[in-house]
Amino acid sequence: MLEIITSVSKYAILLTAALYTFLGFYVFSKKTEEERSGLYAKQIVLLFLFHLISYAVMFCREQSLVILIFYAAQVALLAGTLIAYRAFYPRCSRLLVNNMCFLLSIGFVILYRLESERCIKQFIIAAAGIVLSFVVPVIIRKWTFLKKLTWVYLSVGLGLLIIVTVLGATTFGSKISFTVGGVTLAPNEFIKILFVFFVAGMLSAEDLQFPRIALATVLAAAHVLVLVVARDLGSALIYFVVYMAMLFVATRKAGYVAAGLGFFSAAAVAAYYLFSHVRVRVQTWTTPFDTLKNDTSQLSQSLFAITTGGWFGMGLFEGAPNTIPVAMKDFVFSAICEEMGVLFALCLVLVCLSCFLMFINISLKLTDPFYRLASVGLSVTYIFQVFLTIGGDIKFIPLTGVPLPLVSYGGSSVLSSLIMFAIIQGLYILKQDE
Amino acid sequence: MAFWKKDNNNKPAGKDAGKKAETEARRRNRPVLIVSVLFVCVFLSLAGYLIYILVCQGDNMANSPYNRRRQNLLAEKVVRGSIITEDGETLAKTEFDENGEEYRTYPYGRLFSHVVGYSLNGGAGMEASNNINLLMSHSLFVEQVQKDLLHEKNIGDNVITTLNVKLQQAASDALGDNKGAAVVMDPKTGAILAMVSKPDYDPNSIPEMWDYYTSDEAADDTSLLNRATQGLYPPGSIFKILTTIGYLRQNNDQYLDYQYNCTGSITMDDITINCYHNHAHGALTLESSFAQSCNSSFVNVGTQVEINTLRKVCGDFLFNEKIPLNLACSKSISALSRATDTEKLMQTVIGQGDTLVTPLHMAIMAAAIGNNGVMMRPYLVSRVETHNGTVVRSFSPEKLGTVISQSEAQILKQFMRKVVTEGTATSLNTDAYSVAGKTGSAEYGTKKGNSHSWFVCFSPVEDPQIAISVILEEAGSGSEYAVPVAKKILNAFYDN
Repeated sequence: MLEIITSVSKYAILLTAALYTFLGFYVFSKKTEEERSGLYAKQIVLLFLFHLISYAVMFCREQSLVILIFYAAQVALLAGTLIAYRAFYPRCSRLLVNNMCFLLSIGFVILYRLESERCIKQFIIAAAGIVLSFVVPVIIRKWTFLKKLTWVYLSVGLGLLIIVTVLGATTFGSKISFTVGGVTLAPNEFIKILFVFFVAGMLSAEDLQFPRIALATVLAAAHVLVLVVARDLGSALIYFVVYMAMLFVATRKAGYVAAGLGFFSAAAVAAYYLFSHVRVRVQTWTTPFDTLKNDTSQLSQSLFAITTGGWFGMGLFEGAPNTIPVAMKDFVFSAICEEMGVLFALCLVLVCLSCFLMFINISLKLTDPFYRLASVGLSVTYIFQVFLTIGGDIKFIPLTGVPLPLVSYGGSSVLSSLIMFAIIQGLYILKQDE
Repeated sequence: MAFWKKDNNNKPAGKDAGKKAETEARRRNRPVLIVSVLFVCVFLSLAGYLIYILVCQGDNMANSPYNRRRQNLLAEKVVRGSIITEDGETLAKTEFDENGEEYRTYPYGRLFSHVVGYSLNGGAGMEASNNINLLMSHSLFVEQVQKDLLHEKNIGDNVITTLNVKLQQAASDALGDNKGAAVVMDPKTGAILAMVSKPDYDPNSIPEMWDYYTSDEAADDTSLLNRATQGLYPPGSIFKILTTIGYLRQNNDQYLDYQYNCTGSITMDDITINCYHNHAHGALTLESSFAQSCNSSFVNVGTQVEINTLRKVCGDFLFNEKIPLNLACSKSISALSRATDTEKLMQTVIGQGDTLVTPLHMAIMAAAIGNNGVMMRPYLVSRVETHNGTVVRSFSPEKLGTVISQSEAQILKQFMRKVVTEGTATSLNTDAYSVAGKTGSAEYGTKKGNSHSWFVCFSPVEDPQIAISVILEEAGSGSEYAVPVAKKILNAFYDN
């Protein structure tokens, strides 16, 4: 019976995800909000179906009261979020709210399967994060002076970054974090947002002249440099790309991007020769199976998981995703591939892309230069991070060790992602209200 | 890249404010759109790559021996497929006993023991290297979903092998109770037609016999070892093929001028190398040196070849490299280096010294010469099919490279033909078919006189369809022991 449920559910899960994803793109073809509204409602039904089926499978496996209560709590959280946004922010982007909840629920499913206790922890942080981020749109509306705090963003962001680098514990050869009272914080996740605000402040000035651009570039480079010193090259890359994109949008000059890329190439080559862990990652990337016996076997385990899972996946609890090191964080995508299948994973990729397109859609509507630039910056931050983690997991690019926003385990990551979504919602609502 | 700049410069003088604002918005939006199109493209390639990984590399990756844990999970969902020859003989299949329990059975028992291997107890041979192929089901989606929903196991794919029962039987019979190995290939395609290693074992009894094989009692029992791919032996005189290639490369057309008078031994730097049984071969050309397998003359030839040339030849012929066959293989070893001293060099050029080769490797070498210098990638699996015969994947012959020129190949063919017509393998000189080959008697260990018996050959000489390598351990000279084994295989091949 159990196996039948697992195998039936495998296809049902895929079906709900595929339909959900399809609707996520289909809405872009509808012009009016009434037309879209029906599609959003369907998405919500599919979202809860996906969640229900997944947890039903896991309940059959565990048959414990805990999972029932936990499931109910999640439904309450997701439903609460969807209802609250509709009630308090009727002009919000419903696609974004749906996608946010869908990504969170995928996270809740795969994390529970991997390690139920940490999933509960993740749930609590996500719940707190949703409540916290719920006020963000209000703040954006009320505190227009936020646009003028360029130097505050810089000093807090860069200052924190330096402090963390000096004090922080080094985990996994990169990634900076420190532990306060049992809670591990990765301040970097939040500094990203400050960084985007700082750059937006610098580059949205009305008379954007070369000296200001140069100053912005030097200060942005300072962020990147600190991250490189902290050996968090994944984040360094994110900051760099985000800055390049924002610079291009603000100045519309491709020359800057070309210069930046040239500089980046030189820096990448230097990093390869300077840092042994960069070399190791590049080597693992080119020949993942030769280094099986070292600790970098993560990539080969990841590829085993993806390829053994195949199109439809092994089914929840039928694979061995716990053999992938850090499956809950950097390799959550591979764990999803293994048990829920590559087709499901492709849906996930497309949902992330749908979020990005919605972000961009909102950015295009904004006329205020600061908000607009900040919104573009956050969009790129989000999508590039998704690209780095998925690309690394499937050997498309060398591993950089960044979490998949809203899905991977990690309180700081999920919190900052929720805030990012909320900021963009806030900007959208602001524009809608005009 | 300049299209937005152009827009920047040629601001159209808008007549009404609305239109101007619209143009302004378009101008403003353009870089944002460029950024987003860029990321959409990147994401589409990401998705494309994920599909590529699964479709093109998936089975290869999943088949890694390090992925055994997941493979075992698959085995719970799929009935392992069969290994079948091109002409429909089943070499390995899964059956059900009266309780409905699966078991693996090998209808030919010991005959294919090493090459087909076994699936239990860690696995070996093709059973291990094709584990994923056998455990994946590529039958119709509909059928798979249906079986999944009915909670029936899917039926795994079948692996169609190039192995040929008749040749395998002939090779196995010919080797008899001797320790040794034989590999039979198609020189034009690289297809392996037979691969025998002796002593063998019965794969059907592996689970029951496992305790014995892993006990101290079996410490000297090497019957599980696939000598054809993993046995490392000194090549003896068959290495003279490579020495000859080195000499030809260095002396181009002047090889015809080579002359040597063999007195039964040669001495250089106080080191003496003897001919087999100290036989004095008298006046020799390069060709007759090769045909008679004269050690003295070949030391003379080999020491005239620069070490780097010889190293290059060995490198071209896959020494110190992984043999690109999906089966556990040892690398053949050539220890030649700039630092090789005269004594080692004198030994190396006649196939002694520190050189070690596998029988499979020597078959590939002979096949490459027969195929006019074009080395083909050896393969055992011609295609993978679903249980109802739909081809999942087929493997076509693949060139590894041109290791010697056509003219060099012609000269070697002529030399190797002479070995059969006038040299050390005259017992193969028949009107029924033409063979070209090289014998070898490889001394091993420190004791003088004990030797492994080697023979490599291909046939027919002008348009080879079969290449063979044979080794008999501790048997004696190649002519006496290995050549008759090859003869039996050739007889079976031509006796259609």
